[in-house]
Amino acid sequence: MIQGLKMFGKYLSLLGNVFSRPENKKVYFRRILDEMVKLGVNSLTIVSIISLFMGAVVTIQTGLQLSNPFIPKYLIGFATRESLVLEFSPTMIALILAGKVGSSIASEIGTMRVSEQIDALEIMGINSSAFIIQPKIIASVLFFPILVVISMAIGMFGGFLAATLGGIISKAEFLQGLLYWFQPFYIFYAIVKTVFFAFAISSVSSFFGYYTAGGAIAVGKSSTKAVVYSCIVILIVNFVITQLMLA
Amino acid sequence: MIKVEKINKSFADKHVLKDVSFSFEAGKTNLVIGASGSGKTTLIKCMVGLHTSDSGKIIFDGATFDDLDKKDKRELRQQIGMLFQGGALFDYLTVEQNIAFPLSMFTNMSEEEKRDRVNFCLNRVNLNNVNNLFPAELSGGMTKRVAIARAISMNPKYLFCDEPNSGLDPQTSIIIDNLIQEITQEYNITTVVNTHDMNSVVEIGDNIAFINKGKLAWQGNKDSIISSDSPELNDFVFASQLFKKLKQ
Repeated sequence: MIQGLKMFGKYLSLLGNVFSRPENKKVYFRRILDEMVKLGVNSLTIVSIISLFMGAVVTIQTGLQLSNPFIPKYLIGFATRESLVLEFSPTMIALILAGKVGSSIASEIGTMRVSEQIDALEIMGINSSAFIIQPKIIASVLFFPILVVISMAIGMFGGFLAATLGGIISKAEFLQGLLYWFQPFYIFYAIVKTVFFAFAISSVSSFFGYYTAGGAIAVGKSSTKAVVYSCIVILIVNFVITQLMLA
Repeated sequence: MIKVEKINKSFADKHVLKDVSFSFEAGKTNLVIGASGSGKTTLIKCMVGLHTSDSGKIIFDGATFDDLDKKDKRELRQQIGMLFQGGALFDYLTVEQNIAFPLSMFTNMSEEEKRDRVNFCLNRVNLNNVNNLFPAELSGGMTKRVAIARAISMNPKYLFCDEPNSGLDPQTSIIIDNLIQEITQEYNITTVVNTHDMNSVVEIGDNIAFINKGKLAWQGNKDSIISSDSPELNDFVFASQLFKKLKQ
């Protein structure tokens, strides 16, 4: 417990350093763009593939559950949309990104630590935590919501393909369901969740990478810890935000 | 000139540096020598502010490092160049970008001025046509030379070198040693080299501090080291058969 509190204090103290004034705004801005490509654009393929199949599976499973002739078929499209928007796209994609992006952030920063690149930054008079971590957090917070919105769209397309090609329901019924009782607030809720998830993934992973001590094995351990803790934080944040925004 | 006065540093219950005092002179290659684990790297890390000493003073040309505020510390650090054991080049940047990195962060130089400065520094360390290579594409000796080029790109007043010859063959080690000495004299830099390479000691040791078990056990220069009567230093200096034979 005390160990956990100490770690949390260290995390907060690191965040305090991370959000200090940049030495050179132009260099930081360029780094944010680089990180957007590295963390966001480079995740598009995996996000698209997962979303396509996730949407298809959700549709098939919903179709199986709604086989009662008294329940209108278009509800399959409706349930697919709601599942994707409310939970699958933001949370599932965040968990996937915690694995992909989180481990990459922790191992990159961890390697910089053990190869003394972070020390080199400090000696140059650069705030190493701000220089390395701040662009990653900003890039994640700005780009992950875009990934989630793309995931929602691709997921619905996957559902559409499964529904129509698998003969579960007609195109018209599925599209009617997708448009039925649409609540824009749910998209807002999903984006808010994603912003918090993005912050959690990038900051928690950076924390474990930044405090790596030792050699290659330590980098591996930091990477594993980053993924595990990011996932736990995502699930807790998901519960809290859902309670606050939807309950 | 850098002075350290009564520096103490412990890690948990291990007392690594014990009351170390020494003056590192400007325009000279100041060597910190000692066996592995003697506290050399800890001393150098305390001096550049990567470790905080438990007590004692580190004085850079009259300015006590610990008394400086955050901004002044940062400004002082911009006058420090450091050559790390493994080079510590940023592996996602090319050689040119690595050397230009401090210039981009702290100066308003145009791209052309930066390129000129990079080429000047690369010429100074006798490297050409490597601007677009990444650190992973360089040999050990080239990595060290690029790291020296980066360290001198901002015209530092102080240069710290942590085991500059580790992992290098004897010929390349001599080239690196000579390069460090030339740069030190040319720009009147206060250079601190942390080494346990005896070849470096006899080549470039203008001012030498011998650290043994965390204490300053001897001080002198490359001429006086051979005739020292300190038993700890003699054990260290004449550990190799070659130096034993030379002494005989």
